[in-house]
Amino acid sequence: MAFEVNREGDVVVIDVDGQLIVGNRQELKQMILDQVEEGERKFLVDFTRTGYIDSSGLGVLVSLSKKIREKGGELRLSTLNEDLRTLFELTKLDTLFRIADSREEGLKDF
Amino acid sequence: MDRELVFELPNDLQCIEEAVEFVVGRCGGCVAAAEKLRFNFRVSLTEALANAMIYGNGRDPSKRVRVEMRMRSRALRVRVTDQGHGFDADTVPDPTRPENLECPGGRGIFLMRKLMDEVRYNERGNAVTLTLHLPESGPIRREASA
Repeated sequence: MAFEVNREGDVVVIDVDGQLIVGNRQELKQMILDQVEEGERKFLVDFTRTGYIDSSGLGVLVSLSKKIREKGGELRLSTLNEDLRTLFELTKLDTLFRIADSREEGLKDF
Repeated sequence: MDRELVFELPNDLQCIEEAVEFVVGRCGGCVAAAEKLRFNFRVSLTEALANAMIYGNGRDPSKRVRVEMRMRSRALRVRVTDQGHGFDADTVPDPTRPENLECPGGRGIFLMRKLMDEVRYNERGNAVTLTLHLPESGPIRREASA
């Protein structure tokens, strides 16, 4: 698993390459928290290249979203495949996040 | 075709992804259940191993986790056993209730139960068996030849 971080205007876009699971979730968490500390407030996590996410990965997204919201920002998600979308629906986390069908849609009106 | 696999893992979260791929690779694939093997099984086994290491073995690096996989014509079963004292899986709160939605944890057992056909704990609560029913018509083939 690796992360690729790019900037689109004032939005930090993170591509998750591989799995987002218990063994690596802290890397994503720390990287985004560091950016929050530096003043970033808009984040888009893109899952185009992601295989699967476990409950720890979901938990990290939940806690990051809360933290960023408390700072007046937003964490959005984009490009979940059918399996990943099902995961968010089963856990009802699709009600917590704004989930875009594509990266472009996720960046729209951010 | 019957297949069995038994091995032990160190209590190290970094080993989980490789262990999951190892099991998936060794159990091969039933064509009709390929989708469930690819996603549902991978996520569920990851959850079972993580729970065993974090909660069962209490992150103790001296402890180990045992994995037993048994594939029969109609079902794939994996039993994950830790060296902890066990717990009652029925006491875990529903993570989809509004008051629990923003909790960072508590979704592992819920996901296993949603994604697998059967999830059973032993009486002590330190071993979980995940079962995936395999469709009768699905010919067995090795994943590498897919």
